[in-house]
Amino acid sequence: MSSHPLVQLTLTRIREFAREPEAVFWAVFFPILLAAGLGIAFAGKPQTVLKIAAASTQIAQALKTEPGLDVAEMSVDEARLALRNGKVALVAEPGDGGAVVYRYDDTNPEGRTARMLADAAVQRQAGRTDPVAASDSIARDPGSRYIDFLIPGLVGIGIMSNAVWGLGFSIVDTRRRKLTKRLMATPMSRVHYLMSYLAWRMIVLVVEVAIPVGFGAIAFGVPIRGGLVDILALSVLGSLTFSAIGLLVASRAQTIEMVSGLTNLVVLPMWIFSGVFFSAQRFPDLVQPLIRLLPLTAFIDAMRGVQLQGNSLFHYGQELATLTVWLVVCFGLALKIFRWR
Amino acid sequence: MTPSALLVRGLRKSFKDVVAVAGVDLDVRPGECFGLLGPNGAGKTTTIEICEGLTKPDAGEVRLLGRTWSDHPKELRERLGIQLQETQLSDKLTVIETIQLFRSFYRQGPTVQDVLALVQLGEKSKARVGTLSGGQKQRLALACALVGDPELLFLDEPTTGLDPQARRQLWDLITAFKGQGRTILLTTHYMDEAEQLCDRVAIMDHGRVIALGTPNELMSQVKMPPRPPREHAATLEDVFVSLTGRHLRDE
Repeated sequence: MSSHPLVQLTLTRIREFAREPEAVFWAVFFPILLAAGLGIAFAGKPQTVLKIAAASTQIAQALKTEPGLDVAEMSVDEARLALRNGKVALVAEPGDGGAVVYRYDDTNPEGRTARMLADAAVQRQAGRTDPVAASDSIARDPGSRYIDFLIPGLVGIGIMSNAVWGLGFSIVDTRRRKLTKRLMATPMSRVHYLMSYLAWRMIVLVVEVAIPVGFGAIAFGVPIRGGLVDILALSVLGSLTFSAIGLLVASRAQTIEMVSGLTNLVVLPMWIFSGVFFSAQRFPDLVQPLIRLLPLTAFIDAMRGVQLQGNSLFHYGQELATLTVWLVVCFGLALKIFRWR
Repeated sequence: MTPSALLVRGLRKSFKDVVAVAGVDLDVRPGECFGLLGPNGAGKTTTIEICEGLTKPDAGEVRLLGRTWSDHPKELRERLGIQLQETQLSDKLTVIETIQLFRSFYRQGPTVQDVLALVQLGEKSKARVGTLSGGQKQRLALACALVGDPELLFLDEPTTGLDPQARRQLWDLITAFKGQGRTILLTTHYMDEAEQLCDRVAIMDHGRVIALGTPNELMSQVKMPPRPPREHAATLEDVFVSLTGRHLRDE
């Protein structure tokens, strides 16, 4: 076995990681569980059948002709209660003189869709004929489903969490044991010490990317349209950037409690704002420029474009620049203020 | 006259408003085992850490093997062996992995197997550090200090917390190292340890050296009221060791 100090330090990182079962769970199994859970919840279920309530037999019979609606007949009071509890998206009640009254929440997209389907069914049953003939051709392409949106986000969040938590915990634990100080009493080079953390992240990175991407492709047919080299290069840059952030977070802390607090402070805003589980476009326009400056937003946007749309990495100059600036600034600052004892 | 292995002049160090070291001079000769004695808070650890180049003094001069930390930091790191008081080595590594790691930092030194044999941890080489006893951990720490074949060895309270058997085994290792003509500076608050190992001792209190000499010189300086002749030459620790045997209890 090589006796080069960088090799030995990197081996130490890998051994300490591999012999910590919790760490391996978070890095390897957690992304699979998350992707499987969310994928099953959102990917397989056709969203076309909406539950509604009808408050008279006549209306119910008219509505049951529409295959996109699941109609339950109940009293007016029961129906209104079901609507309030979210069990049905819409209530159709008889109005004066054979009219129909639709009761629904107009801020709920399902309610609005149910309104259109229900009214069309009622009018058709009453004898309306459409002047223009129309038929449906359904397109459900891999690449535009929720699970497709989710997988690149999970890759990003895995790389970020493992880098910031992993580095922070390991560096602070070494410092807390006064082992950093002991190492500084040997001829060990500081650069080798810090590089061993980056080398360890690069080795684990293969697993962090291959598992969610591979699982998505095998279990849900999530496409990998971009070049593997582009995906790998982007992942390396992302992992280095988040490692630099982890290094900065751990640069002064002397207790695990302190580094945990700092890590949460850094990681949680990105879990929420960077568009992992839903599009970041949903946040107000005012904060969009700030969201675009977050490194996780930059990583996930570029990853989605490369993996799902098959774009070249060169399309994402702004995202790459954002990541690089974070990398350089955090690494430089961490080197300056790192507590070596 | 041969130059000192370690020369300290006018050393001072304060932490905020606490004066830890208030003007210390030391002169450790090549090949001797020098003891730094004193109660807790006397300034022993601060003094030894300044000598080790881990703490910067406020004032004063430190010269090791004729070199200074400002001029030859890399060379000094190669030529010194250091054991710190509070270091906890990584619990998840094995004994041999730990020694391999420390050995990799030094350009020259004994093989990993030789160091393992030297500190008598050969049978424990595949054991995780977290499973070792106190004495075994202390011997592993000594092994990590010896991997660079040091000319000058710093040991900060090497036997604190060990049982008599483990202490005596560590004493044997230190004595053997000294027998090769190497220099040792150690701190302790066990007087029997100083008497057993050290050629000369300095007693520190309140950041100053208040007495210096061989153990015999120091003992003869103190005028004690005449004691009745001792009936037994043995100490209570000798009794303990003769009853329980010299073999180690942790393996």
